Amino acid sequence: MDYINAIILFSNYILIPGLSYGCQLALGALGVTLIYTVMRFSNFAHGELMSFGAMISILIMWCLKDIGVSIKPLPTIIISLPISIIITVIFCLLIDKLCFSYYRKNNSQSVILLIVSIGVMFFTNGLIRLIIGPNDRNINDGERFLVKAKTIKKVFELNEGLSIKMSQGITIVITLLLVTFIFWFLNKTKTGKSMRAYSDNKDLSLLSGINPERVILITWIITGMLACVAGTLYGLDKSYKPFTYLNLVLPIFASAIVGGVGNPIGAIIGGFVIAYSEIIVTFAYRKFLSYLLPDNFLSDGLMQILSTDYKIAVSFLILVIVLIIKPTGIYKGKLI
Amino acid sequence: MSKKPIIFLILFLVAASLLFFYKQEKEDFAVKLGIIFGYTGPIESLTPDMAKASELAIKEVNDSGEFLSGKIKIQGIRADSTCVDAAAANAAAERLITSDQVNAIVGADCSGVTTSILQNVAMSNGIVMISPSATSPALSTLPDNGLFFRTAPSDARQGKIVADILIEKGFKKAALSFTNNDYGKGLAESIKKNYESKGGQITISASHEDGKADYGAEVSALAQAGGDILIVAGYLDQGGKGIIQGSLDADAFNKFFLPDGMIGDSLPKAIGSDLNGSIGSIPGTDSPGAKTFENLAKSNGFKAGPFSQESYDAAALIMLAMQSAKSSKSKDLKDHVMDVANAPGEKIYPGELSKGISLLKQGKEIDYVGASSVELIGGGESSGNFREILIKDGKITTAGYR
Repeated sequence: MDYINAIILFSNYILIPGLSYGCQLALGALGVTLIYTVMRFSNFAHGELMSFGAMISILIMWCLKDIGVSIKPLPTIIISLPISIIITVIFCLLIDKLCFSYYRKNNSQSVILLIVSIGVMFFTNGLIRLIIGPNDRNINDGERFLVKAKTIKKVFELNEGLSIKMSQGITIVITLLLVTFIFWFLNKTKTGKSMRAYSDNKDLSLLSGINPERVILITWIITGMLACVAGTLYGLDKSYKPFTYLNLVLPIFASAIVGGVGNPIGAIIGGFVIAYSEIIVTFAYRKFLSYLLPDNFLSDGLMQILSTDYKIAVSFLILVIVLIIKPTGIYKGKLI
Repeated sequence: MSKKPIIFLILFLVAASLLFFYKQEKEDFAVKLGIIFGYTGPIESLTPDMAKASELAIKEVNDSGEFLSGKIKIQGIRADSTCVDAAAANAAAERLITSDQVNAIVGADCSGVTTSILQNVAMSNGIVMISPSATSPALSTLPDNGLFFRTAPSDARQGKIVADILIEKGFKKAALSFTNNDYGKGLAESIKKNYESKGGQITISASHEDGKADYGAEVSALAQAGGDILIVAGYLDQGGKGIIQGSLDADAFNKFFLPDGMIGDSLPKAIGSDLNGSIGSIPGTDSPGAKTFENLAKSNGFKAGPFSQESYDAAALIMLAMQSAKSSKSKDLKDHVMDVANAPGEKIYPGELSKGISLLKQGKEIDYVGASSVELIGGGESSGNFREILIKDGKITTAGYR
């Protein structure tokens, strides 16, 4: 029996990858949830907003690299974040002004706003392809690893290695900072409280003198910021390819719904539930158990609960179960 | 009485007659070839060079000035197969046939969309298709009314080559990840069958979806099954790359086998030095034709990348078959494809298409060898020459031919 090897193996293949993927989903789900609570529609354009933010970050990174800025071992794209956040926010406000505000003024049903968001999604998708093209780009120019699997193996004389990528570390740290900021903002500041009041009861909050346009403006600013950071971090971790952000929308919505739409804590929990459920159920446990159990205890099988083919099915199964047992999501959110 | 109906009638007549003359002109002077590749989608980094290769063959025949009556110019029309979306590919092919009225089609590229276009569009319209890169074994036995040919070999053959290379290099245990479509499944089955019959062991054979957000789960499962090498039967711009990157990051595998869908310059560029020492296979020959084609491509401003030889040959075969049939119609040329592709006759290499055309005009036989040593067997597919690949110093190099 060899507990240390088992723990290292578990961290390398389940804990760390799930943590960073969960952070990426959580940031996305947080943006979706905020829009839903305040404006009462599902913003399907969120994935493309993330892609747009990442694209702006890359464009700024190229400019920075041209003038020789580098913060090795960290990737250069981190310092382009503040400017790209501003540009993404401006883009969000522009989209809101041109597309969403008209339907909001007419008190349109939320399903109409949802369709509008799909239109915005396709438009943004096209715009991104026009500006930067559909190609795959590796944007991580810093050090690749914080901890290398081979070093761990050698230093601690273990069979298993543990690798932590620089991008995973950055993702986790930035997510932590951003989420703390948003919770502080929503719970402690007056503006944040007015946002919560507005989302809780629109009519009552209007009567008590809250300016709805201001609340919506703030919501878009936060959403733009979240989208830009989440998109850039995702691109940094995997590689930037506009196509994949379209496929990211589905797990993001699953996270938001599982956690409870409209509840910020739920969005974060949901992100991790979705990220881990995919890995845990499809993981082959043979090697992991071989460290824990006596030698001749194991059969030849891979000890895999489900084949990886069913990866997507797992997150949707969880979604269905949650909706049947607790339609409001894990944390009580708005019923949809 | 209003004059409106009369004006409309006149306008209608003018428009109809214009259309009529326009159509007349089309039929008299132009032969059109549809070039349907996935300009967007999982192999979008390969298709521009493939299309340019086909267009180079067309240009060559046009420049000869001898094609059919001599005045006829051939026009290549591109359409996007998307590689994966069968509905979009069918629509694109339908448009080529009904609106552009192409005489034959070069393409499609990926096995799934090729099957779909063949069954739903080409067969019902009686249009010949020659695919340069659809390699699924299923296409060998599909009923095609004699309309479908391919200048790429079936993956049943590639599976054998892959198994041979792996056993020779001493890899006894391998994990296998394949893209979840006709191409990936067909190739994976063929590799597994051949490898196991030669004494190798596949520890796990798991599929991956293309364009996914995260490949952590797939990589974990593959890593736990273990093996000396990971065979990735996927696409280089898609999940295949994600699987390799993930495996390297987690230190799960450090050697990879890359079948034809994974060979391209963008992969070593994206992955970096960690890919060095990985091996692969792709249709290709060391024939003089391949060299000539490389130079031709260079002087025409594109790279002789993966499947561009086959694309050149596919377009060339269609045009030579048209000349041999003395007709640009698919129903006539389909019976001549095998004749011009195989012996007997004078061998025709890339850059010699005008010679081929004039030989056919004189009533002589030709044996089109082309850039990829075309030799059509069975129901009209390439017999299959393969190039063994070794990734060295971040470059794709040739380790030998099979």
